[in-house]
Amino acid sequence: MKRTHILGYIQLNPQLQLPLTLSNTSPEITLSARNLSRRFGSLQVIHDVTLELRRGEVLGLLGHNGAGKSTTLQMLTGCLLPDSGEIEICGIDLRQHPTLAKAHLGYLPETPPLYRELCVDDYLTFAARLRGVKLADAPAALTQTLQRCGLDSVKKKIISTLSKGYQQRVGIAQAIIHNPAVIVLDEPTVGLDPTQIRDIRTLIRELGNAHSVILSTHLLTEVESVCDRVEIMQHGRLIYGDSSVRMQHYGQISGFIISLRHPPALNELEAIHGVTRVEQLSTEQFRVFHTPDDNSGSLLLSMAAQHGWQLEQLTPLHATLEDVFVKITGDETAKTGAPK
Amino acid sequence: MIRLIALRELRSLYAMPSTWFVLAVLQFIFAWFFLARLEAFLEIQPQLAQLANPPGVTLTVAAPLFYTAALLLMMLVPMFTMRLIAEERRNQTLALLLSAPLSGRHIVLGKFFGLLGFLLMLIVSLPLMLYTLALGTSLDHGLLLANCIGLLLLTASYVALGMYISALTTQPIIAAIGALAVLVGLWLADIGASAADSPWHLLSPLHHFQSFNAGLLDSADVAFFVLFTTFFLLLTMKRLHNNRVYG
Repeated sequence: MKRTHILGYIQLNPQLQLPLTLSNTSPEITLSARNLSRRFGSLQVIHDVTLELRRGEVLGLLGHNGAGKSTTLQMLTGCLLPDSGEIEICGIDLRQHPTLAKAHLGYLPETPPLYRELCVDDYLTFAARLRGVKLADAPAALTQTLQRCGLDSVKKKIISTLSKGYQQRVGIAQAIIHNPAVIVLDEPTVGLDPTQIRDIRTLIRELGNAHSVILSTHLLTEVESVCDRVEIMQHGRLIYGDSSVRMQHYGQISGFIISLRHPPALNELEAIHGVTRVEQLSTEQFRVFHTPDDNSGSLLLSMAAQHGWQLEQLTPLHATLEDVFVKITGDETAKTGAPK
Repeated sequence: MIRLIALRELRSLYAMPSTWFVLAVLQFIFAWFFLARLEAFLEIQPQLAQLANPPGVTLTVAAPLFYTAALLLMMLVPMFTMRLIAEERRNQTLALLLSAPLSGRHIVLGKFFGLLGFLLMLIVSLPLMLYTLALGTSLDHGLLLANCIGLLLLTASYVALGMYISALTTQPIIAAIGALAVLVGLWLADIGASAADSPWHLLSPLHHFQSFNAGLLDSADVAFFVLFTTFFLLLTMKRLHNNRVYG
């Protein structure tokens, strides 16, 4: 019985499969925010934020605590009005037609908005109906979402009796149950154990294939593992935006780690053309830095062969996202001086 | 959408054991008072029979019972309205409603009718109890109907006021105390004002209920309740909107 429901739902819901074929050509813009500003009293918390999100994309909003991530997401979901700027969801202006625009939106706030006295089934059905899922379609949507979020085993339980991880999953489930075009997740993995974090990330990645997902986080590994694109936020401004792969190359350190069975003296290595600095890690291991334009790897290889240093290992140095993030935010602070 | 939110409100109310406890205690108080009034009526019935135009059982038993219910509801409604918005705000569930494709009107009216529906179930027990008297005597249906309408309008005005105060704060308990203070304040101002034409009488919902209590369906009183309720519902919608503006 349940199986036919699920199948029926997928067949009836062309949205689920269509975007996959569309995304190859030119995915449409599902969310666009232009020049958002917001102040609380005399404190300007968001300065001129402009964002765009396409279907099939996962955007990570990265920033320190208090950078303005949550405020931005609240404005994108209509929970908070911006002082100026425009937001469009699937081409519908959020300020002019809030009800129409919000129908395409799923939102998980920082604290999952759960009615703790209800059971999971009832709560999710309510959330679906609230977002305009028809009464007849609600059971199918519920079955599918329970399965997607791994909530099948707890569907009859009262929410307040669930563990934090399960409550977070219920929070995500309420955001996706109506199959929205745009899913906004505010720190979705906070407070979860490593296995749960992995599961949720897989789920987000999966959601990102057919929907647009925007998530805020201060965990860099999260960006690395799930996001296609990153926007870094600091003091209410977007200071850097690029694909997450390219972000890792930002200000990359050029160099490698080498292991030599018969290492020469340190100054011999330093004398190689292009090498700027050598650090000795152990008797056989060295960290060699070179200028970005001048890769001295090949030269080092040939010299190792010539002098019989017996090279065992040569690994290029990778900048971690942590390094990059600190560098970007540090650069920006240096550029603009103290936060305004 | 209004119905959906109202049903959710009811479901949450019934999921709490305290709701059932309050219902039971209140039912007990109503029954106790009803029986006490009935006993008193039976005692003085021979003396009443000697009067030229004696008051009937409806006026001696039903009217005081409704008035007691009105007084009790004044104390009780704030206990229910306190949760309506303050608790949503405290548990941060308000974001669910604010980000859903609904307007403030849907949220406010949904909550209003949800709680009113619940209180209606409580109120309905009164005429049911009184109609057991119909087994032994004839009742004044007009008086009962006026009282029922009056009590319903009165409850609606209490709920609207309580919900507005609940929308002002994040702490349910402060919302309860606030609503109770305003309602009791209006009542005390009403009974404290000695002059018959004092404006304090006009402000008090309980004062306007008195004509219903006497079996009088006065359009001015109906208009008062409708205006009072609408005024606070609109204020609540405005307050919810301000939530988006001021954060």
